[in-house]
Amino acid sequence: MVDIPDKNLLAPGHRGCAGCGASIAVKLALNALGENTVAISATGCLEVMTTPYPETAWEVPFIHVAFENSGAVASGVESALRIQGKDDVNVVAFGGDGGTVDIGLQSLSGAMERGHNMTYICYDNEAYMNTGIQRSGATPFGATTTTSPMGSASFGEDKPKKNMPMIMAAHGIPYVATASIAYPEDFVKKVKKAAETKGAAYIHLQQPCTTGWGFSSDRTIEMGRLAVETGSWILYEIENGKFDITYRPEERKPVKEYLAPQKRFRHLSDELIEKIQKYVDAECAELGL
Amino acid sequence: MIREVMTANKAVAEAARLAKPQVIPVYPITPQTTISEYLAQYVADEKIDAKYVKVESEHSAISAAVGASATGVRVFTATSSQGLMLMHEILFAAAGMRTPFVLADANRAISAPLNIWNDQQDSIAQRDAGWLQIYVENAQEALDTTLMAYKISENPKVLLPSMVCLDGFILTHTVEPVEIPDQEPVDEFLPPYKAEHAFLDPKNPMSIGNLADPDYYLEARHDMQVAMENSIEVIQQTCDEFAEIFGRKYGLVEPYKTEDAEIIFVAMGSLCSTIRVIVDQLREKGEKVGLLKIRAYRPFPVEAIDEAVKNCDKLAVIDKNVTFGIGGALYTDIKAKIHKDAYGFIAGLGGRDITPEAIFEVYEKTKNVPEKEVTWIGLKED
Repeated sequence: MVDIPDKNLLAPGHRGCAGCGASIAVKLALNALGENTVAISATGCLEVMTTPYPETAWEVPFIHVAFENSGAVASGVESALRIQGKDDVNVVAFGGDGGTVDIGLQSLSGAMERGHNMTYICYDNEAYMNTGIQRSGATPFGATTTTSPMGSASFGEDKPKKNMPMIMAAHGIPYVATASIAYPEDFVKKVKKAAETKGAAYIHLQQPCTTGWGFSSDRTIEMGRLAVETGSWILYEIENGKFDITYRPEERKPVKEYLAPQKRFRHLSDELIEKIQKYVDAECAELGL
Repeated sequence: MIREVMTANKAVAEAARLAKPQVIPVYPITPQTTISEYLAQYVADEKIDAKYVKVESEHSAISAAVGASATGVRVFTATSSQGLMLMHEILFAAAGMRTPFVLADANRAISAPLNIWNDQQDSIAQRDAGWLQIYVENAQEALDTTLMAYKISENPKVLLPSMVCLDGFILTHTVEPVEIPDQEPVDEFLPPYKAEHAFLDPKNPMSIGNLADPDYYLEARHDMQVAMENSIEVIQQTCDEFAEIFGRKYGLVEPYKTEDAEIIFVAMGSLCSTIRVIVDQLREKGEKVGLLKIRAYRPFPVEAIDEAVKNCDKLAVIDKNVTFGIGGALYTDIKAKIHKDAYGFIAGLGGRDITPEAIFEVYEKTKNVPEKEVTWIGLKED
């Protein structure tokens, strides 16, 4: 068991939706990192819901500058802290999937390649949720969003999700992991490992979104569980180049069980669901799940 | 103090070394590149105790600069042209977040067409970002102004970032003698920066860069306007203090033979050196003419300009930039704020040489009242 402390460094009372997975993600991450941390956030749900001036939910120092530059802002923060001899301060940057895999990719790539001693956590809710559910490079095949809508000539998003953790791994950084808010012990352990890593660390966290995915707000964790149990989201880490699956479902459930409760997939034909199942099977086979 | 022959880029790098920035995120671009090279070498040779952040773009250079400055350290960066354009979004954030660092801009034309030569369109296009902008005429002024810029920006009444604008190639790649001050008087003039308004420190957690809704945003922007107004006095004070220690006098503007002038040229940057020679030649012919060099473009020093031009009849404003559909930016500002007959001239875009003949032409046209309010000088007829 991993000890998850009670003290919240992301205070309650922020303006996240009921059932918001992002706030769970950040709360867990900050609890793992502790008070001696500086947090950076990209523009997005997280920043907007936690910092409406004159309020803030952050009990650790926090900075937001723009949408696409949290990797670079974190680089500056990290460099400045280290030159002041503050080597023990954790530097953690948060970005949504849009701020990470799309508009923020260059800035993040630079930060990772330079090897700043920091942790970047992508809270991936698989679309631009803050602006109203537009598709991102992390939107999965078949999901209907407001910019990849289903229609008479469309079944929704027509490309599979960008494989961001492996793009990060290709940077040769010492620690890359995937995680899910539905597996807090696994996530917290990975955040701690990332923080202890000398150099750049990247965690790609799947974070179900009640509003964007279309499930009732009491089922956030359940959706995260189903993603992992069906093999739609695989929990692994790559530590100094060594790949390990960190959680193996006893028996992989059919992907349909994950898709069915979500409004974004409800339009899919059996044929398309079968196609998604094949994607998932292939990915599981490749990673040895 | 030593005296050396060097380019303005080297002079800026020397100023940055003397200012002791702790973080230097910088990305190379012509004609700024040698600044980034000198600073990399200074760090490699331990002449500066700084982190040199080898960013992958100017957007990341300015973003890292904001992040670093927000921890309360002194930060330096430099860029040019397309690089400054790529920074555009974050320039506004840097000013809005009140991070008081200094950026040297090697003034260069903007694409398209692609052009690496000098004009001032790049920094002029950033005039509304909330940055102080000071234009320099030579390498010594580039060094001195970079040092002063830190003191001005870090003043609690200001807390806005500063842009030191130096003409690409004309200054950045031309050598001239420069006095490099010793470290000790520089330290006396510019003590270490201590952020007191907002900084990232786990012992005292603050949130910086929050969302501000319509109940708060207007005040945040107004505070910047007040800071910009305050900076007029702070720039003058800082120049006076600098003169006391280093003996070189600067101000918001620099008048030359304006006292009894009937026509006054108004310009910024290295062009002023050419104009000064022409003023002398015209004076020898009995023409009553002068030059007003604008150093501080933002804040726009209306009172200082008014004072310098109070006795003249006409102003000939030469812009190395254009605001399409209206004229040069300096000209339109002068027209808006200074109650004199002013005529605008667009010249030197994309590195076209502004020759003595071109300056004479500006003078003749102004004297005889130009046909148009804004005249393009040196256009080839086809």
